[in-house]
Amino acid sequence: MNFTVSTAPHIHSEQTTQRLMLKVIVALAPCVAAAIYFFGWRALVIDVIAVVSCVFFEFLAQKIAKRPITTNDLSAVVTGIILAMNMPATATWWMVVIGSAVAILLVKQLFGGIGCNFLNPALAARAVLLTSWPSRMTNFTLPTGFAGDAVSSATPLAGYEAKTIQLLLGNVPGSIGEVCKIAILIGGAYLLIAKVIKWYVPVSFIGTFMIFSWIFGQNPITAVLSGGILFGAVFMATDYVTNPMTAVGKLIFGFGCGLIVAILRNFTPMAEGVTYAILIMNVVTPLIDKYIKPKVYGEVKAHA
Amino acid sequence: MRRTFRGGVHPLHKIHEGKPLAMDKRIEVFMPDHVVIPMGMHLGAPSTPCVNKGDRVLTGQIIGTPNGFLGVPVHASISGTVSAVEPRQQLKAHPEMCVCIDSDGQDEWVELTPVGAVESVEPAAIMKAVREAGICGMGGAAFPAGIKLAIPEGKKAEVVIINGSECEPYLTCDHRVMIEEPERVVNGLRLLMRAVGVTKGYIAIEDNKPQCVESMRLAANEYHSISVVALKTKYPQGGEKQLIEVITGKQIPQKKLPIDVGALVFNIQTAAAVADAVLLGKPLIERITTVTGAVGEPKNYRLRIGTEFGDAIDAAGGYSETFKKLIAGGPMTGFCCPNDHISVQKASGGILLFDEEMAKQDEEGPCIRCAKCVSACPIGLLPYRLKFDVEQRNWARAKVDGAMDCIACGVCAYTCPANRHITSSIKVAKEMITAEERRQKK
Repeated sequence: MNFTVSTAPHIHSEQTTQRLMLKVIVALAPCVAAAIYFFGWRALVIDVIAVVSCVFFEFLAQKIAKRPITTNDLSAVVTGIILAMNMPATATWWMVVIGSAVAILLVKQLFGGIGCNFLNPALAARAVLLTSWPSRMTNFTLPTGFAGDAVSSATPLAGYEAKTIQLLLGNVPGSIGEVCKIAILIGGAYLLIAKVIKWYVPVSFIGTFMIFSWIFGQNPITAVLSGGILFGAVFMATDYVTNPMTAVGKLIFGFGCGLIVAILRNFTPMAEGVTYAILIMNVVTPLIDKYIKPKVYGEVKAHA
Repeated sequence: MRRTFRGGVHPLHKIHEGKPLAMDKRIEVFMPDHVVIPMGMHLGAPSTPCVNKGDRVLTGQIIGTPNGFLGVPVHASISGTVSAVEPRQQLKAHPEMCVCIDSDGQDEWVELTPVGAVESVEPAAIMKAVREAGICGMGGAAFPAGIKLAIPEGKKAEVVIINGSECEPYLTCDHRVMIEEPERVVNGLRLLMRAVGVTKGYIAIEDNKPQCVESMRLAANEYHSISVVALKTKYPQGGEKQLIEVITGKQIPQKKLPIDVGALVFNIQTAAAVADAVLLGKPLIERITTVTGAVGEPKNYRLRIGTEFGDAIDAAGGYSETFKKLIAGGPMTGFCCPNDHISVQKASGGILLFDEEMAKQDEEGPCIRCAKCVSACPIGLLPYRLKFDVEQRNWARAKVDGAMDCIACGVCAYTCPANRHITSSIKVAKEMITAEERRQKK
């Protein structure tokens, strides 16, 4: 008889990387659905192009580097969807492809693939697109669904007057995935219930931002419902790879994100700021992880 | 309010498919026709065999004399003829000295003399009986019970805790003892408290075993000094450090022992063995062990020490056709056996068989920094970091990162979605650090 030998533990939770990514995709589904509802076939096309090109670039990079092909862990699909959700409805197909290439090739695979990137791939890609084609990336249109032509308009942050209820539903101009706050909240609630993420980052991010918006003389409710802050706090700041590993670290990370967005929005010409805030905190993450450690059981101070 | 410890995992989903297999199976006796009794069943130097090939031995007769400070005597678990005194491969790295006995089928015992009654026996007599009965911890670590009771000068025991958590999935031996033989446990606890002059005793049980809680409460009803406490079901609730923190609210300082916070912890069956040693004069030659998993019929057996796993498995209906893995102990911390000629030892709580389906494991993947290991670690370590330290063979950093504090409970590897072998890596780090420290001392 054949006795297999392995090390303890001999059982494992049902959780796998692929299942976790699948849960994130499920959580993103309401946003994708809302994007298609509000921005019609353009949103659908952007989504498909982003997902397909992200997966393709991941496959390509791993093939070239002769690494194991891990496209079925679904992380590239998640990156693709998040990137798509960050695009304006007017984005051209090549912008999406370039964004995907930056996200997967430059930010993720060049640093060693999943788990090794120090920036959120989708966000870094958005930042590159934003600096390369600033007007194209902010050419937001009013949602018209499948009917009618797109009409260019500014985002609510740049003077567009919108009622709270409209902001909540998403009937406002903006990146296709971040307009419908209800969809984002549903997705976020699912991520929490399914234990994919913990509350630390989103709550400290949004809480800090609201407090500082109020201090800086804004209506905190309108401020939090405008732009990409909710989408950023729920889906991008919570990216496993690029935020700290400890509870306290995550709270600091969220605090930093919220504070930076509030400062950028109120004291710089930038209307948005979520992208740069999260990217800055991504870079700070290794530092946070270096200094913030949980208390060890029965810890005895070295020089007590 | 129920105090609890940091981290851990709940629910451990496989608990629900594991425990019910043998949970309601009454304890049955199995008598082997031969035994292989290792001399090193306890933590500490192995005992020296004091019988020779061809000798006739009686059940309960001393066959191994203790060595050193942590020494524990070994007794014959059946009567018959010594067939061999030789090194055999058990679960340690190298073969260890074993005394093999062929049964004469008589199970003829040495004469047993009770030491005294619970109410009147002298503390010193209890300690002597525990040492002479060869009792060591029966929960897993096999620390000699006599040494635990010999409290160092300047320290004082305040509570005795009997560990009935049995938080390992699949294992149900302590569970059955609590239901079928609660008075042995209560008597054992009373004797242990008496031995160290303590007036507060606890029997701690996870709240997924309401039958055990009820049974123990009934048995301990008349003793006000004993509390039966139901603890939150959470792995590793039965870890000594976790248990002490939950019961006393105190953490054992690093590199210190439970006695430094005034606590002594004994396993359910250790307490029962203490009762037998004092009240009946019986040495430790048998224990209840769960034979479960992919086996014909899962059982809770009263097994003689030295029974070979294969014999117990045959008695329980044999291997399933798709058998893949044999585990000594529970699935979270147990050891894989290379064959079934492994002996039941004093601390063997389980003989666990896995079929192909249960033994299936995914490939190890890259860390995605999900932080699940960090929130699950009951000690507050950063398991992902330790895993990287080991991959880089950076033992100095592994030491700084707290490798030596790891209790090897297995929750980090259990929760890791990338199926990284974190726990076993930290074990390697511990071995390397210990070896390095030993080198430096020389």
